[in-house]
Amino acid sequence: MNNQSLSFECAFPIENYPFITMAHGSGGRLTQHLLDYIFRPAFSNLLLEQQHDGTVLTLPSNRIAITTDSYVVHPLFFPGGNIGELAITGTINDLSMCGAKPIYITCAFILNEGLPSATLIQVVDAIRQSALANNVQIIAGDTKVVEKSAFGGLYINTTGIGIAPADLTISPQMIQKGDAIILSGDVGRHGLAVLAQRENFGFNPPIRSDCAALWPMVNKLLENEISVHCLRDLTRGGLAGALVELANTSQLSFEVAQNKIAVSQEVHAGCELLGLDPLYVANEGRMILFIPANQVPKALAILHEFPNCKAAAQIGVVNSQSHGNNEVILKTHFNSERILVPFSGEQLPRIC
Amino acid sequence: MMKYQAEYRAPLRVATLEKKIKSITTRNWKIMEICGGQTHAIAKFGLFDLLPDNIELIHGPGCPVCVTPKVILDQAAHIAQLPHVIFATFGDMLRIPGSTHDLLSIKALGADIRIIYSPLDAVQLAQQNPNMEVVLFAVGFETTAPAHAMAIKQASLLNLTNFSVLSSLVLVPPAIEFILQSPLNQVQGFLAAGHVCTIMGDKAYFPISERFHVPIVVTGFEPVDIMQGIYLCVKQLESKSAFVENQYNRCVRSQGNVHAQAILQEVFDIIDMPWRGIGTIAQSGLGIKQKYATFDASKRFGMPSLLKDSENALCISGLILQGQKKPNECKAFGNQCTPESPLGAPMVSSEGACSAYYRYLRKSS
Repeated sequence: MNNQSLSFECAFPIENYPFITMAHGSGGRLTQHLLDYIFRPAFSNLLLEQQHDGTVLTLPSNRIAITTDSYVVHPLFFPGGNIGELAITGTINDLSMCGAKPIYITCAFILNEGLPSATLIQVVDAIRQSALANNVQIIAGDTKVVEKSAFGGLYINTTGIGIAPADLTISPQMIQKGDAIILSGDVGRHGLAVLAQRENFGFNPPIRSDCAALWPMVNKLLENEISVHCLRDLTRGGLAGALVELANTSQLSFEVAQNKIAVSQEVHAGCELLGLDPLYVANEGRMILFIPANQVPKALAILHEFPNCKAAAQIGVVNSQSHGNNEVILKTHFNSERILVPFSGEQLPRIC
Repeated sequence: MMKYQAEYRAPLRVATLEKKIKSITTRNWKIMEICGGQTHAIAKFGLFDLLPDNIELIHGPGCPVCVTPKVILDQAAHIAQLPHVIFATFGDMLRIPGSTHDLLSIKALGADIRIIYSPLDAVQLAQQNPNMEVVLFAVGFETTAPAHAMAIKQASLLNLTNFSVLSSLVLVPPAIEFILQSPLNQVQGFLAAGHVCTIMGDKAYFPISERFHVPIVVTGFEPVDIMQGIYLCVKQLESKSAFVENQYNRCVRSQGNVHAQAILQEVFDIIDMPWRGIGTIAQSGLGIKQKYATFDASKRFGMPSLLKDSENALCISGLILQGQKKPNECKAFGNQCTPESPLGAPMVSSEGACSAYYRYLRKSS
């Protein structure tokens, strides 16, 4: 790695310390190196310059959203993203799903001793760039070093603060019978991109993660007065996991049509090869929206303006009659029906 | 890309077969799809909805994970916990309940268990880790057996001394005969598993079809395949015929894959094998030949004593595997028995009938 490829001035003495050691977490001089040469120059802002145990700040509104999430993805870098970018966009997305404008993020690192310092710097640079691109500031942080583990990598925890709209509640409880269910793009990219990279499947061209911040889309929808009842970003449990969770929380039944759910050719092929169901594969830049049926054309027109939402479509409805069993029914390509249930554990490679 | 698949999932072709099946069916027929992969496809694509009420599909024992005996699961757990052992397995096996633990909890407790994608990955692990014993858990039917045989042959060529195989490989035709011989049998026609026949051909089914006067249609796994398999089977039943028919002729040749059969013969003997929930079926398993005994993990590590052979009292997986009960006829289904806390293997295996019902069918159906 050379400094030129970075977006910030990094004076870390990489020749002297090519790897992170336990001493970098000791709180002593080497910890100070990380702070002075990596974190502070990368995240530099006035709030961070307080150099205090905590950051004292004044918020522009007293209605805020707060969320926290930990990032343990392995490998750290994969086609279409990396753990640093994910740590910012993932937390931005959780805030966005409350309709809240993300403004501040805290960032805690747990590093394995033996982690190449260059890798840490690259990840920090990715965090910096993602935060800049999305107008959020890193306002607090922490670093710990732990003994080498099998993964030999790093973990990140981020906590986000966003400004929630004063007069609007977006939540599962707001889902109404008859609402339209919209999906913001094709599904299954992230999970497959990471799995393929981790297991060296050598898909050619590689499947790229959908990793992206969802605030720009949510913001635009709200600015255009779409009455968003509920939003949910699709993460680990995939589309199916999110739908089932929301049916349970809202105590309503949903009906979705398989032929409306976009799956790219390469994700479809990869899933077939590995015996995975794309509806259950992880995403990091997709969401489902519950909105009044009469606003569907307007909402889709707005979403289609974003390059990564070109495949946004209405995939189903909230049943007007709920039979009290909160099921998610999938209409198959053959006009038959099956249910979606939460997946138990991980999807595992199969015998045959 | 994937054109081969789109053709066999074409809604119009499925709708045409739906009409054809309805038009020829005049009586009640019970047809068994042997393979758990077919059971899952039927449930996943909602094919139950497309059949007339008088056709009943009965789900067969073709889930190798489900029929792996507890004693072998216990032995797997025992071996996996030994220090200096890397235990290599397909992901399917991790959640299958043994007498006390499943492999996933043993892994959480520190055992070095690796999920592999091909048996040859385990040979590679043995090469890369000369100071560790690498044990491959060989579970499957005739479909996966050749790849396991290849792994043993490869290890032998490489003179590996730290590689062995714990085998629980089973054969399909003896299981079909076992079902047909049962006084409780209700099955009138079979969909045989297309991938098994791709390896073995369809020869083994001729004497069975003749002896029991039962139609056997070698069938694939896509919706068009299954609907066509059912159509051909019903057509035979309605005309009182009984012969072996090949729906899956884009993959299956009558003689099968002779190279794969040769390597099976070289590495394995046909032996009597216990099937979980069913009992011992004569000449239904593959054991490692004396010539390759040094790669037989059951010889290398010995067998632990079986802790508990009986299934949970509520679990009727044996009856389900023999096609005598449906998963939703089980009192524990979806209550005491779920994928999170399974009482029997068919609830967690990706080819188990209980898992198919739990994952895809409406609770009210």
